[in-house]
Amino acid sequence: MDVIIESLPQYWDGFLRTLFLAAVSGIIALVAGTLLAAARVSPVAALRGFSMAYVEVVRNTPLTIAFFFAAVVLPRLGVTFQQFEIAAIIALSAYTAAFIAEAVRSGVNSVPVGQAEAARSIGMKFGQVLSLIILPQALRTVIPPMINILIALVKNSSVAGAFYVLELFGYGKQLANDHGDAVMWVLVGVAFFYLLITVPLGYLAHQVERKVAIAR
Amino acid sequence: MKAFLTRRKSLLAAASAAIALTLSACGGGGGTGTGSNPTPVEKPSFAAGTTMEKLASAGKVTIGTKFDQPLFGQKGLDGKPVGFDVEIGKLLAAKLGIPADKIEWVETVSANREQFIKQGKVDLIVATYTINDKRKTEVDFAGPYYEAGQALMVNKDNTSITKPEDVKGKNVCSVTGSTPASTIVEKYGAVLVPAATYSACLEPLRNKQVEAVTTDNVILAGFVNKEPDAFKLASDETFTKEPYGIGLKKGDTEFRNWVNDQLESFSKDGSYKKAWEDTAGAVIKTAPELPAIDRY
Repeated sequence: MDVIIESLPQYWDGFLRTLFLAAVSGIIALVAGTLLAAARVSPVAALRGFSMAYVEVVRNTPLTIAFFFAAVVLPRLGVTFQQFEIAAIIALSAYTAAFIAEAVRSGVNSVPVGQAEAARSIGMKFGQVLSLIILPQALRTVIPPMINILIALVKNSSVAGAFYVLELFGYGKQLANDHGDAVMWVLVGVAFFYLLITVPLGYLAHQVERKVAIAR
Repeated sequence: MKAFLTRRKSLLAAASAAIALTLSACGGGGGTGTGSNPTPVEKPSFAAGTTMEKLASAGKVTIGTKFDQPLFGQKGLDGKPVGFDVEIGKLLAAKLGIPADKIEWVETVSANREQFIKQGKVDLIVATYTINDKRKTEVDFAGPYYEAGQALMVNKDNTSITKPEDVKGKNVCSVTGSTPASTIVEKYGAVLVPAATYSACLEPLRNKQVEAVTTDNVILAGFVNKEPDAFKLASDETFTKEPYGIGLKKGDTEFRNWVNDQLESFSKDGSYKKAWEDTAGAVIKTAPELPAIDRY
């Protein structure tokens, strides 16, 4: 127990780094995922094909491979960065975007076809139909799965600890090395700080859902 | 495990027999390409009852070393370990009148060294074995015969880093939670890029995402040895001290004193320097002086 208290500065540093990775990757993934979903239902065949290929490839690849690609392969190809956080954000947001895209697509599918037909009948273009009619309803229905994906993202960010980023899990490894006699407590501390992000996120989802839910 | 050991023994026996045949076929001259073969002393005499006398009359000795530490103790495909530790072992055996092919090499990893000495599985251990007080309560140490220490490895074309002070504010890769990692951060102000293993540090170094990799010089020398065109040691100097000793049974003071005397004689007659140049000297150019023997 003492080990958690005396290591609070490290935990806090790791906590902030994890929060940063999850927040930035989460925002990028939400935007990119929604765009991918829009591409998936667009009338342009090439966009639909690209979106489908991206989602299928990335969603079915282990996250570790994505990290390996961003942290090791990209630099070999000449894309180097001095901060490994950038590699982590690339890997996490590229990976999570695929799942967001699928969630949004399922939301789009849940909106009755009649809505789109009605919108088109009053002369709306595809962009307008999607952004004014379909997506607002779709996004509301997919709040719970979306939050699940974001919670998974927070936990997935721990993989960064194995790819040169000193976040919560990275510090956990370091503390376990320093306190070989209290590894259990070190890990309890790590778990606590993850819960500090994920539990409120789940609660937030519940609140948002209650607010924006639409009765069908 | 037992069956495995027996099998290895017979393999070793077969291998040494084959080598003996090859040697006699070519008139006893020339090496086998796996390190030197110091000439054994003819009929050495030791006081009765000492470990030296026991080993000399048995005509064979069991030495523990590492099999996976390049340049110090590494076992190749031919089954014979090579390296600086191995050379020291051979020199000691020769002083007991035992030729190199009568040495039985046993792999001792860091975790089993004290136990192997206590259980008598090995007569002595030369295996990048740092002398420290905790280990001294279990076994005795002759030596030190070499002082390893923390060093920096950089890309071959890097000339801006030659000493630890040069890495201030720069990215340096090391293993999470290791002593070298905290030294380079706390004493020299480097920015740590943590990795799970030292070999995981090689890619970021190659890609110039880190300026240097740091840990004990002997580990780094092993990496340089594998890829001499990509990496080099920033300097032969080390900035921490890890004295390597020869582990032997606790309380066998006569044996320990004898080993210490031999180490000093190797230093005087130049065989210490030659052993270095033949092995680790390939990477760490400056041959070390034998450190002051700790006759505690």
